[in-house]
Amino acid sequence: MSEEYGELGVDKERLKEVGIELDSSRRSGTFLLEDQDAKTFASFFEGVEVMSIKQAMEKYDWLKDYFWKILRRDQDEFTKMADTEEVNGYFIRSLPGAKVEIPVEACLYLKKVGKQRVHNIVIAEEGSELNIISGCTSHPGVAGMHIGISEFFVKKNAKLSFTMIHSWDTTIEVRPRTAIKVEEGGSFISNYILLNPVKLVQTYPTAYVEKDATAIFNSVIVALEGSVIDSGTRAVLMGENSRAEIISRTISKGGKIIARGHIVGDAPEVKGHLECKGLMLSENGLIDAIPELEARYPNVELSHEAAIGKIAEEEIFYLMSRGLSRDEAVSAIVRGFMEIEIKGLPEALQEAIRRTIEMAEKDLL
Amino acid sequence: MGVLRVVNLGVKVGERKVLKNVNLFIKEGETFVLFGPNGSGKSTLLNALIGNPSYKVTSGRILFKKIDVTNLPTNERVKLGIGIAFQNPPKISGVKLIDVLRYCARVGGYSEDKIMELAEAMKMTDHLYREINVGFSGGEVKRSELLQLMLMNPDLVLLDEPDSGVDLENVALIGDAIRKILERDKSEEERTKSGIIITHQGHILDYVDADYAAILYNGRIACIGEPEDILNQIRNHGYEGCLVKCLRNMENSE
Repeated sequence: MSEEYGELGVDKERLKEVGIELDSSRRSGTFLLEDQDAKTFASFFEGVEVMSIKQAMEKYDWLKDYFWKILRRDQDEFTKMADTEEVNGYFIRSLPGAKVEIPVEACLYLKKVGKQRVHNIVIAEEGSELNIISGCTSHPGVAGMHIGISEFFVKKNAKLSFTMIHSWDTTIEVRPRTAIKVEEGGSFISNYILLNPVKLVQTYPTAYVEKDATAIFNSVIVALEGSVIDSGTRAVLMGENSRAEIISRTISKGGKIIARGHIVGDAPEVKGHLECKGLMLSENGLIDAIPELEARYPNVELSHEAAIGKIAEEEIFYLMSRGLSRDEAVSAIVRGFMEIEIKGLPEALQEAIRRTIEMAEKDLL
Repeated sequence: MGVLRVVNLGVKVGERKVLKNVNLFIKEGETFVLFGPNGSGKSTLLNALIGNPSYKVTSGRILFKKIDVTNLPTNERVKLGIGIAFQNPPKISGVKLIDVLRYCARVGGYSEDKIMELAEAMKMTDHLYREINVGFSGGEVKRSELLQLMLMNPDLVLLDEPDSGVDLENVALIGDAIRKILERDKSEEERTKSGIIITHQGHILDYVDADYAAILYNGRIACIGEPEDILNQIRNHGYEGCLVKCLRNMENSE
């Protein structure tokens, strides 16, 4: 498998940074999009389908009903740009009842085009379990824009975890547009990791959460000098007894971060919690946390917690009293800050996240 | 041989002068108990000894093993052999107890096996992978602090109210642990560990037979004597009464 990747002319180191293994023994499926071309895709597990959205549209007539179903073509100039014949992306689907614990990997690689336009559709059919790791990156030195439309459908009692690692460059502008529909009893976990420099990321995924369903979003975002990251998550709790949890950890070392969060309680007996924590590691830079809670029923339970600051001296001193130097103590605290415990995520994905954080640490400290 | 010598120490916290001309001398193998009302400067003294940057030394010197440590950063003092168990240690999100225990074991030169063995002894094995001090009960915080101390294996042990807010069962466990840390079961000649224990209620004295006790009052050390004796006087006459009596005795002896 890895040899095949070698011929594709992609930078393997860049892929590793975003958790792409290039090893079929460790993945249940793979997909690689270079600019607009699906270079390779395959499923190694019978319960899961992995193909390009182009091929999937030809194969399944019903798929057109999912295309632009929960996102609007005319939402903004970027969705309009993505609404083109050229668009390509992945189609990943776990079949009803299938348990796909080993993750499917999907890589979106920007090699030379000015604007990469992507449309992805992921479907976890009724009662199935699916784990995906998606790595998005660009070829060293290239400049451009990535516009990614993603629509996720978590069917009744299905479980979907989606871990996305971004590693761009100061020359790349990124505009993902994402919506997720979680049907009755379903659960969706999203992990978003962005630790390397980027020109601009602007995104605000929305989850529509139905009866007894759950949506959990974790993000770890670092903005180095020159990066602007405007990233939020919205959860609309539209079914009785649905739940959402949105947790973000942001670190600015000279860059600008706007951390948004919005939970709408639009049904009785729903529960939502928002947590934005920010750490300022340098004198310049900016973190703007904007948590919003919106209740449309009296019996909802919505809460938020936001805190931004520098590292507490008391914590540094405590670790120094256990033998660490000041630098070691700061590094341990920052690492701890970025470590979010994610329940229900396969170990392989926990490991990918851990490794990404380790790789980024040297730029941070 | 003297392990710790504090000479004319003055300490400021913010703009407030908390300690004035404190003098203290502790020999190898000796354990000192420090009493005193709230705000008298007991915790300030221990924080100054370990080098907490929020506590500024305005005068005097701290000598440890004949080395002037007054201006050394905390981790350097720890390497020389000073260790502290805090009264209210901070919570650090994302940093697990096991991580901190490994840092401590590095100081004491212990292996992973020793961490597990001592964690078992201090009943902290269920907490190893929890964020340090986050959601720990009063007793768990104290047990965790002592476990960290054991792994650092310091020669001078600073204990800031190890028995406060702790139920009876935990006091026994903590008392036994401190007795071991300070080698109180060994004969006087064999002891190499020295200690300063701050205590309010004195429960810990049921488990640890300290050599001396002193009262820190209004930023100064007063009333050095037998621990039981001093504790009884505080119980019967309060700090003020105890001090009046002490000072009278001093006058008599002069």
